[in-house]
Amino acid sequence: MRNPLSKKIVDIQPSGIRKFFDLVSSIPDAISLGVGEPDFDTPWRIREEGIYSLERGRTFYTSNAGLKELKEEIGKYLQRKINVSYDPNSEIIVTVGGSEGIDIALRAMLDPGDEVLIPQPCYVSYLPCTVLADGVPVTIPLKEENEFRLTAEELEAAITPRTKILVLPFPNNPTGAIMTKEDLEPVAELVKKYDLYVLSDEIYSELTYKTEHVSIASLPGMRERTLVINGFSKGFAMTGWRLGYICGPEIITEQMLKIHQFAIMCAPTNSQYAAIEGLRNCEDEVSQMRTSYNQRRRYLLSEFKKIGLKCFEPFGAFYVFPCIKEFGMTSEEFAERFLEEEKVAVVPGTAFGECGEGFVRISYAYSLEDLKEAVGRFERFIERLRISDSQEKQAAGE
Amino acid sequence: MEEMRKQILKYLEKNSRVELGELAVLLDTDEVTIANEMAQMEKEKIICGYHTLIDWDKAGEDHVNALIEVCVKPQRDKGFDKTAERICNYPEVTAVYLTSGGYDLIVTVEGKTLLEVSRFVSGKLSPIEDVISTTTHFILKKYKDHGTLMFRKNKSERMPVTP
Repeated sequence: MRNPLSKKIVDIQPSGIRKFFDLVSSIPDAISLGVGEPDFDTPWRIREEGIYSLERGRTFYTSNAGLKELKEEIGKYLQRKINVSYDPNSEIIVTVGGSEGIDIALRAMLDPGDEVLIPQPCYVSYLPCTVLADGVPVTIPLKEENEFRLTAEELEAAITPRTKILVLPFPNNPTGAIMTKEDLEPVAELVKKYDLYVLSDEIYSELTYKTEHVSIASLPGMRERTLVINGFSKGFAMTGWRLGYICGPEIITEQMLKIHQFAIMCAPTNSQYAAIEGLRNCEDEVSQMRTSYNQRRRYLLSEFKKIGLKCFEPFGAFYVFPCIKEFGMTSEEFAERFLEEEKVAVVPGTAFGECGEGFVRISYAYSLEDLKEAVGRFERFIERLRISDSQEKQAAGE
Repeated sequence: MEEMRKQILKYLEKNSRVELGELAVLLDTDEVTIANEMAQMEKEKIICGYHTLIDWDKAGEDHVNALIEVCVKPQRDKGFDKTAERICNYPEVTAVYLTSGGYDLIVTVEGKTLLEVSRFVSGKLSPIEDVISTTTHFILKKYKDHGTLMFRKNKSERMPVTP
């Protein structure tokens, strides 16, 4: 029989998280801090709207780009939140989660050999999606001393004549880093100088804790160079509804719509109706969730400080990214031993790129009670590591 | 400070047993501020008490609650206050509200048995001079109380690790 597989797909590595997932699943009573989705249920009024829409028999396809009503609400929402206006009729596509946006954007914009700059650590799909779109991923390792923000120097050093797209994933998964307006401005200047486009993944835009989220699309001259990805998964706690959107200049959305049309058809109708309610009436619910995340964030950081664990203060998403280099093992070893010895799952930083080595991702999308229990175990674990470490040193000294 | 007060109250309303140090971390302030604000709000009667929400059924205690609609003849100058304040004096009474609608007061009453509560209503509440009529509703099951679900929610089906 001939090989049924494409060489391109075989060469792509499966997500590092997947491997860890299998390991965690094999330990039934493990506490997990490895989740990348809210612990809150979708706000009830959104769920109720989903139920009503089914009751009314709204079970048909919608137009490819999504319900007009929803696109209009998205337009208003973005105007309100990031101060950029998009024409609901031609510049907004409702997608199956933010993930689909990543895929169709790269496929619509890349020709073979075009380079895509991907700051890491980052969400796992930019790189394989670039490869699938025949682009060449070029990673930019971000540094802890810069609080995992992308600096103009790092960006400029990575740009080549083949560079076409910069992926900008902030607020960031897994680091929790954000980019303020001041951080974005020099980046935007370079993007314009080198005639690049930006794929700005703003799926965590509702979850920032110091300053309001700023989109690079709102900076002068950037709207026509930027695709903004957002969605309902994180801020509205709607991961399972699979609903996101991508917005940008019509010249690009027009082409993306073709891929979406032929590969997907349309986003789930039920989810679209539910999301309209979310955008219209759930500001309070979203803000309450944000307050809770922020409290947990502060709790974790204060506990880390007490334990003496090095961790920069992240102001976005729902992750902290502490440094575990002092224990002299790889992130993967650390995560595996922590799971084995204390039955707590954290995700090794390397799952998000090589430069995540020496860090682990801890999600605080958990109740304070869960976090307290996990922190207790964390403390016990690293105390033990430190003691055995100092004993080894003593033995070596003698 | 208004904002800080609001945040303290919001948190205490859900969990009045939180440690001051922890609350200080959660609200991004220091313990002294929290302690001072709480003491001040106690003094101002903004914080009126720190109660515990108990499921008495589970505790195995005989326990009956009733909601009683009460129609009251209002008094010149005093309205409903005098009668309402009088009803408040009974230890069986856990809450008294003046309400809009078809009746005037809602009184919640607590007792060990249906009989005990009935006796209170017929023997104490109804005979009060300005009480015109009462309608007693016994509470059969509490689904949600003080913003807290009283039934067990299904366990979360979130997967343990996701990107």
